Amino acid sequence: MLEIKNLQVQVEQKPILQGLDLTVNAGEVHAIMGPNGSGKSTLAQVLAGRDNYEVTGGSVEYLGKDLLALAPEIRAREGVFLAFQYPVEIPGVSNVYLLKAALNNVRKHRGLQELDAFEFMKLMKEKMKLMEMKQELLYRSVNEGFSGGEKKRNEILQMAMLEPKLAVLDETDSGLDIDALQIVAKGINALRSPERSIIMVTHYQRLLDYVVPDFVHVLSKGKIIKSGGKELALELEERGYGWLEPGADANKAASAGARATA
Amino acid sequence: MMSLESRERTLADYARIALTLPGTHLPWLVQGRNAALERFAQSGYPTVRDEDWKYTNVSRIERQAFVALTAADADVEGADALLQSLAPDREAGHWLVFVNGRYAPALSRLQPLPDGVVLGSLEQALTQAPEPLQPYLIDRAGQTVFGELNTAFMADGAWLHVPRDTVITQPIHLLFLTTQSGVAIYPRNLLVAESGARATVVEHYAGVENAAYLTNAVTQIFTAGNASIEHYKLQQESAQAFHIAGIHAQQKQDSSVESHSISLGALLTRNDITTRFDATGCEVTLNGLYLVGGRQHVDNHTRVDHASPSGTSNEYYRGVMDGASRAVFNGKVIVHPGAQKTNAHQSNHNLLLSREAEVDTKPQLEIYADDVQCTHGATIGQIDDEQRFYLRSRGIEDAMAQSLLVHAFAHDVIERIRLQSLRQRLEQILFARLPQGERIRELT
Repeated sequence: MLEIKNLQVQVEQKPILQGLDLTVNAGEVHAIMGPNGSGKSTLAQVLAGRDNYEVTGGSVEYLGKDLLALAPEIRAREGVFLAFQYPVEIPGVSNVYLLKAALNNVRKHRGLQELDAFEFMKLMKEKMKLMEMKQELLYRSVNEGFSGGEKKRNEILQMAMLEPKLAVLDETDSGLDIDALQIVAKGINALRSPERSIIMVTHYQRLLDYVVPDFVHVLSKGKIIKSGGKELALELEERGYGWLEPGADANKAASAGARATA
Repeated sequence: MMSLESRERTLADYARIALTLPGTHLPWLVQGRNAALERFAQSGYPTVRDEDWKYTNVSRIERQAFVALTAADADVEGADALLQSLAPDREAGHWLVFVNGRYAPALSRLQPLPDGVVLGSLEQALTQAPEPLQPYLIDRAGQTVFGELNTAFMADGAWLHVPRDTVITQPIHLLFLTTQSGVAIYPRNLLVAESGARATVVEHYAGVENAAYLTNAVTQIFTAGNASIEHYKLQQESAQAFHIAGIHAQQKQDSSVESHSISLGALLTRNDITTRFDATGCEVTLNGLYLVGGRQHVDNHTRVDHASPSGTSNEYYRGVMDGASRAVFNGKVIVHPGAQKTNAHQSNHNLLLSREAEVDTKPQLEIYADDVQCTHGATIGQIDDEQRFYLRSRGIEDAMAQSLLVHAFAHDVIERIRLQSLRQRLEQILFARLPQGERIRELT
């Protein structure tokens, strides 16, 4: 599905990703964790095609194509979806217009017919029910005046409508109370399938209690420094990130661990 | 000197046509015209050294030496086709059509009106029943130099008088169509609503393609106690035309004026929209939208005189500038001494679509009372990159994403238009102007 090799990215001349490797196969759920500033969000934005990130080296292959050569809208139509950490408010563009335009474009690209108004509304209502969203939100401007939780649910709603092949969720759990977190997790789990891959970028382990990943990676200073199964997330929750940082000596790490468990 | 020459030329033009103007038998009108012309003779055309004209150079108008039309010169050829394209089914409401500045009864359609309402041609009124016009027509409130010229040269326009407690439910459409090049048209509209009266008036200006002409229009609005006038101006002049317009209201107690001014056409547009609260509890809404490109220039000057207490003014102007176009906004709000409990809010937002486009915006509040609530704000920006990327990340191509955002920006003014037929018409115009507009229309 996705093969990232030695990816190097800089923002305003400052290196952020410094040789990142990651392979994601169809059906897998990967969690990418790491301290602030490690490059997690940069990775998410670069995969979606944000243009103020400069790729200085490496490659990203997605379903056999050079992902980095594609415009953001083509990536979306090819099945890449980014759930934004900070969903953007767009006054004057209603949720329903956005979804209609987006879904029609995606379907056309996949050689499917556009949905008629009736089919569209039916699908929409079904997905809104899944996300426990009030229907009135459909006619409101995109994210305008939405609470933090509503914004994040709206991201997952869009994902559910567009049915991506590769979903990248950027800190989708941040700013959510426990109820909203459960709804969001339900939405994500509903999309898990053998054909779909999910990358969850997160700072905390708590989303991973609800959406259990197949793999967990730790990102630090622009590189993946440790990979493991879901138990790695629990270990990080317990011990923090310090023990993994390059240069952290074993003693310090051990004592940090001891303190944390004491 | 250009301005001296052009001033002489304008004075000569007046001398040429003065005797053909309506109302030569009315001493008050002749005096009014002569006095207005004399003030113009003193001042000449404004230059960029005049503060109010700092960003709008009218020498291009002077250079063209447009001439006034006498009734005999006025030609109606081509008006039919233009009218068909603008308003094919003139069904709902009252339609007064003016061609090259003169009332065209054959093209107009008036529905039955409530008792006592006068609606018709200003020229006819000046010929047949001029007395009621006298107190209003030579009033100079808000007038610019171009307004003075309009008073001197005015030949026709609409005259509306709504008597006490009378409501005209259907909108009154005034269509000003220009088909000739090289001419100056001076429409004068006089809208008077007596106590408790209400009416909705839509002024629509258009010209045949590529005709180069000057429209110098003035509309006066007088609302007595509790009266209400809803006024719309849709400017779709030809791309080579010049459009200068004054809309000047004077309001009595608890009256309300709503003005929506939409500027789309013309090479150069200047609007001076003013109102004065002469008694307590007045309300005014000033909304505006300008969509310009190429080398178009659009200048909106507004002024609200809160001369009495407990008045409310809400102003909301938005503009989208593409190409090498230029926009000017100057919104003056003056809260006079003693005008306590004034509520005045003003905003002007500009969206620049190209590097060559320019805007000068200046909200201007002068407050001489202490118990007031006044706010103002102005912004100039480009399409938001975050919003654009968000839309693209959902599979919407860049051109469409940008169009959606421009549409959203402009639509914010259009949706404030209460007159449904006009709102829908503007929505269609907006779709037609936007790349991908047809697809946006399908989505909405």
